[in-house]
Order: sequence, then structure tokens, then C-alpha cells
Amino acid sequence: MTEVLEGTQQGPQARSSSDTEPFLVVEDLTVQFPTHDGLVQAVSDLSYSVGLGETLGIVGESGSGKSVSSMAVLGLHDEKRTRMAGSIRIGGKEVVGAGDHTMRKIRGNDAAMIFQDPLTALHPFYTIGAQIVEAYRLHNEGNKRTAKRRAVEMLDLVGIPQPDRRVDDFPHQFSGGMRQRAMIAMAMVNNPKLLIADEPTTALDVTVQAQILDLIQKMQKEFGSAVVMITHDLGVIAEIADEVLVMYGGRAVEKGSCKQILTHPEMPYTWGLLGSIADVTGDTSKPLVPIPGTPPSLLNPPTGCAFHPRCVHKDKVPDGRCNSELPELRPGIYANHLTRCHLPDPDAIYESEVKEVVM
Amino acid sequence: MSAPHDAVADSRAEDAAAPELSGVPLLEVKDLVKYFPVKSSGVLRRTIGQVQAVDGVSFTVDKGSSLGLVGESGCGKTTTGRVITRLYDPTSGTIMFEGNEIGQLNRKQMMPYRRQIQLIFQDPYSSLNPRHTVGTIVGTPMQVHQTVPKNKMLTRVQELLETVGLNPEHYNRYPSEFSGGQRQRIGIARALALNPKLIVADEPVSALDVSIQAQVVNLLQDLQKQFDIAFLFIAHDLAIVRHFCPRIAVMYLGKIVEVGDRDSIYLTPHHPYTQALLSSAPDVRQAAIGGRRERIRLEGDVPSPVNPPSGCRFRTRCWKAQEICAQEEPPLLQIGGREVACHFAEAMQVVAATEGDIAAQVEDDDRAPKLEVG
Repeated sequence: MTEVLEGTQQGPQARSSSDTEPFLVVEDLTVQFPTHDGLVQAVSDLSYSVGLGETLGIVGESGSGKSVSSMAVLGLHDEKRTRMAGSIRIGGKEVVGAGDHTMRKIRGNDAAMIFQDPLTALHPFYTIGAQIVEAYRLHNEGNKRTAKRRAVEMLDLVGIPQPDRRVDDFPHQFSGGMRQRAMIAMAMVNNPKLLIADEPTTALDVTVQAQILDLIQKMQKEFGSAVVMITHDLGVIAEIADEVLVMYGGRAVEKGSCKQILTHPEMPYTWGLLGSIADVTGDTSKPLVPIPGTPPSLLNPPTGCAFHPRCVHKDKVPDGRCNSELPELRPGIYANHLTRCHLPDPDAIYESEVKEVVM
Repeated sequence: MSAPHDAVADSRAEDAAAPELSGVPLLEVKDLVKYFPVKSSGVLRRTIGQVQAVDGVSFTVDKGSSLGLVGESGCGKTTTGRVITRLYDPTSGTIMFEGNEIGQLNRKQMMPYRRQIQLIFQDPYSSLNPRHTVGTIVGTPMQVHQTVPKNKMLTRVQELLETVGLNPEHYNRYPSEFSGGQRQRIGIARALALNPKLIVADEPVSALDVSIQAQVVNLLQDLQKQFDIAFLFIAHDLAIVRHFCPRIAVMYLGKIVEVGDRDSIYLTPHHPYTQALLSSAPDVRQAAIGGRRERIRLEGDVPSPVNPPSGCRFRTRCWKAQEICAQEEPPLLQIGGREVACHFAEAMQVVAATEGDIAAQVEDDDRAPKLEVG
């Protein structure tokens, strides 16, 4: 595994600066797309950070900005069609506004991404091996043979049986779970310090999902990477995240440790999410408690708190502040907990009204 | 069609626990088989194999009740639903609807039954014609079956839209003007248009956001109560199926491996596959209370249905598999209030237990080395 050692020694500046701040820092990120219908405010004032070895789970509905923000981290938005502001630093290197050349060096080397649908993310025309080799050789010296050996080694590591033979297979010859494993192998081939997984298990069956989540955790241990897990499934979050960020309408609405978010959520949207999922042990005679209404349009988001049109607790806030004033992301009752809500004492409401419905 | 009645009564006798209204279940499926031919390439296109999508599935659905069908992708649950609605013709086996065999009926004979058996599809984007207005989409079944006179059509369509929680004024809009959840409601209104007795719901909520899923599930439950509709609820989400269906059948590679009421399936699953499936379902509440559970991990993927393993189809991934599993196919036998197809069936608690319990259990039957036979 000499290559791995080389990998870790790359970028000495990255190391020194990451001593002082977490590996991935996103600060006041705003992403907007001008369209014919108006300005789509996909992400507004988003800040978070992930340290090496940590897992951040980002939850939200479709259109909440979770994927857009993480694609911004890897610089995958078309510069000409996107307005970006704020700062994203990967290992101390600024990503927002960085040119193609810099991005190409960071992408795949310092940070890599696993996509939701491995069949569309892999090229159908090239063998799995060729695609991993390409990813490797972009960032490493070495001839084709070493690269191929490295590809086989990676496929073995992610649990593909007979990797020396399967390396020459095409994506369509792999099953869904194996394709996702191959994607992970490709993402991890350069030993990136940041892995972004965008709904990596949504297209998979539960049994395979469990395997893939195990694998991501195993790879994280092996390489000590920072992991950002984007999903709409609170079950997946409960399974692997240390910290959780809940997004709604392009903004962070709640942030805290995984256990805290699941046991003492302080934001009505999170209450709604927890109440609307069925689970394998819950009481089946109770109806599910859906969040009324539909997610907001990002073309003209609601005034004030983006969640207020669907919020059942907004009457508890005096003067109708919910529809006029955007709440700050302020510290909650518990340590390291941030929440964006006007409710004066959310925990009391949670304990008295919401908890029995949710739990 | 009076001869099969006795047979029906016999098979129901062992299932006395299930509620029974008129003696004949609404839907009874027996030994249902659906094979799809695999053709060779070239000019002749000879049949060189069979995809054994559904291979000998039997179950019953009572009036106004729901049966859940769970399993991984490729296990044949969708094919089962489509054969019952006669979108596919069965290869063999019988489908009895209110005591009448409908498996072999031709198009014309099938028409009256189509009114009673409707389907809700998974993807609300591709199952609605983008060039038809909502009014046309919901009205077409009534027009085809001539159940409503033309001048009353609009009133009926608006009534249906209101039933499913849409604005009745929106009958003139196109599907693209609605969100995913609203589109699924349009699909549901279309299924309701002919007052069916049975709805086959094929993954009705899996394409929707979580907060919207609950809305649609509650709607389906309300409609079931209101119109006394039976559901065959096909889904891969174990939690949703448990919430919706009092009886659940677990499928693996074209066969039912375990069927019973929801508590016996979820609290004391007997088949190793059911145990593994339940064990791999992520559980928010469990994680919130007692940390993360130990899990049974299945290795590998579902084998190909073109060439399924001999004997028990699950044996290639089963930690209990012995030689007998490769030689003899285990029959679906009654064990403690449920039916299981396993040579080594025994209860194992995998959900709603304390963490310690589960860790101990997993250690106990710590994967014995698999016997690869055949």
C-alpha cells in the first residue's frame, strides 16, 4: 500500500491548516440559479463543518438544497449558470471561485463523491477497471499496470468477489449493490480525506443498503476520512451519522448531534419528519402524522420562516413573527444544538405535545 | 363455478384466525406461476430459458382487508400484482376473485372484473399521461366501462378529486402542474373511479418524500375504511407495510417464504430471510433510545431467477443452510400462527428488543460455515 502513503503525504499545506480548522468548512454558502422564471434560491446562508473521521448527515426533502450544496463543495455547478457566494474550504483550500485547474486537482484526490444511481454515474462503455484506473492515474504517477493492480486491490477492499476477474467487467454485468461498491472503490482509490455520499442507498434494497452503510463506515475507519451523508431517510441517518443537519427550503433549520436530533428535536419541521415516518416497532393503530402541505418553491420562498405555511405551531409565536421575520439559527437548549425557530420554549412543547406522537 | 368452493373452504380452515365474512375470500391465489421466456439472439429467437419471476405463490385477501407483499427487488412482488390485475397472463395457477376463476378469462370476459380490481402505480410521473387533463385521466375508466352517463361525468370526477383531497376545480389542469404527492392522489382517484373491491397498490409511496408519504398512506387508510376496499399492498419499505397491513407475506425469488399476521411476522419472525430483512431495516426510534442495533448481514445479492438455486432458494445466502436445504424444497408449513417455508424455522426476535438481547442472539448462531452443494 505504498500508494496510500504517498496519498497521505500529498499536500503538506492542507495538513498544517487542517490542524487548526476542520477538514471541510462551509461558511455562509449561497447558491442561486438564474432561470427564465426568476432566481432559484437553492441554498441560502448555509454553514457547517466536518472534521476527519466524523460523519455529518444532511437530511431534507427533495428541493431542500442538500444535493446542491454538496455539489458546490466539489465545484460541480456550471459557473456561467450559477451564482455562488460564501466560502467552502477543503483542507484549507478555497473552493468557491477556484478555477477548473485547481478543482480538478481537489476533485477525486482530496474529496470524492458517491452518487445515488450507480448505473448512470458509471460509464456504460468502459469496464469498471478502466474507470477506476482513470481516476487513479489522474492523480498519481505510475504505469497502467500499477494502476490496474490498485484497482483490483480497491475492488477487493470493497468486497467484490474475484476482483481480478470482475475488474474487466462492464457496469451492466454488476448487480445494483456491486455497482455501488464499485463506485465507492472508485471514489476511495486516491484515498480522499472527504467523501460525500449523495443518497448512496436510496436505489438499493434494505439488505444491500445495510451492506453499503457498513462498507462506508469501514472505509471511513480505514482511511480516516470525513464523510458527508446526504439522505432523506432518517433511518440511514440514525444508523451512521455523528452530527445531523436538517435542511428546509435551502437553509439549515436544525443542527446537533444525531442522538439529540432524534430524541430532543427543537424545530417543528424535524418533529414533523419524525412523526411522519412509520417504523418497524411503532403502534400501528395510530395514524401517521404527516406534515400538511407541500415543500416550498425556491423561486419565491415564503416570507419569514420558510416552514411557516406548513407549521402547526406558528400560532404560539406572538405577532405573527413567523410569516414576517426569518428566525436566526440560534443555540438551542442543549449544548451544540442549533435551531432556526421563533418558538420561545420548543423543548417544553416537544415534551408536552409532540413527543407521544413522534415516539 | 361451484366445485372449487369446497377446496376453498378446506384451505381456509387452517387459516381460521383471519377474519372471514362470507366464507369465500375476496381474492384467492393458488399456486400462481409466471415465467417469462428468455429468447436467444439471432433470427430464430428460440426460447433458451425461463425467468421464474413468480413460482407457486398462494395467498388470500379478505374483503376490506389488506395483505402486504414485501421482498427485495426482483423477488416477483410486482409481477404477482400485475398477474392478479391480468396485465400479464399467468403461466399456471388459479386466481379466484369472489369465487370465480379469472386467470384464464379473455379480454371481453375480463371486463366486468377489471372494474373491481384496480391498480395504483409506483411512479406518479410516468403513470399519468402528460397530455391529458386530470379530468380526462380520472374520467377515462368510467367512459370505457360506461358506468356514468356523459352529462354526470364532470360531477363524478370532481367528487373523486375531492375524495382524494384535491381541489375539484383543478380538473382542467395537466399532471405537470401538480407535485409528486398530488399526482399520486390523481392516480388514486383514477383507481377509485369504478368503485373497485380490490386495489393492487404497487409501491404507492416509495417515490414520494417522507412527509408526503404519510399523507398518502393516511389517505389510503381512510379510503379503505370509507369504501371497504381490500388492498394488496406491495412495497419494499417494511415499516410502511407493517403500518398498513394486518397480514403480511414475505417473498424471496418468486416464492412466499413466510406469511402471517403483522405481529407474528415482525415480533417473532421464523424464516431466516424475514429475520435478516427485518434486521437490516434502519430503525430511527431504536437508534434514538438504545443506540444502534447489532444486525444480521446477508452476503451477496439475490440469485438470478433464470437459474434459481435447487431446494430452498434462500440457501445460498442463509447462515443456517445444511445439505437438506439444497436437496429438498421446504414446504410452506403452519408454525405457531404463521406459515413458514424453512427446514430450520425457529423464532428469533430481531426488532423491539433491547440491544443486549440482539447482540447475544447474533453471537449464538454466528454464521456456521456454508455448505455449498450443487
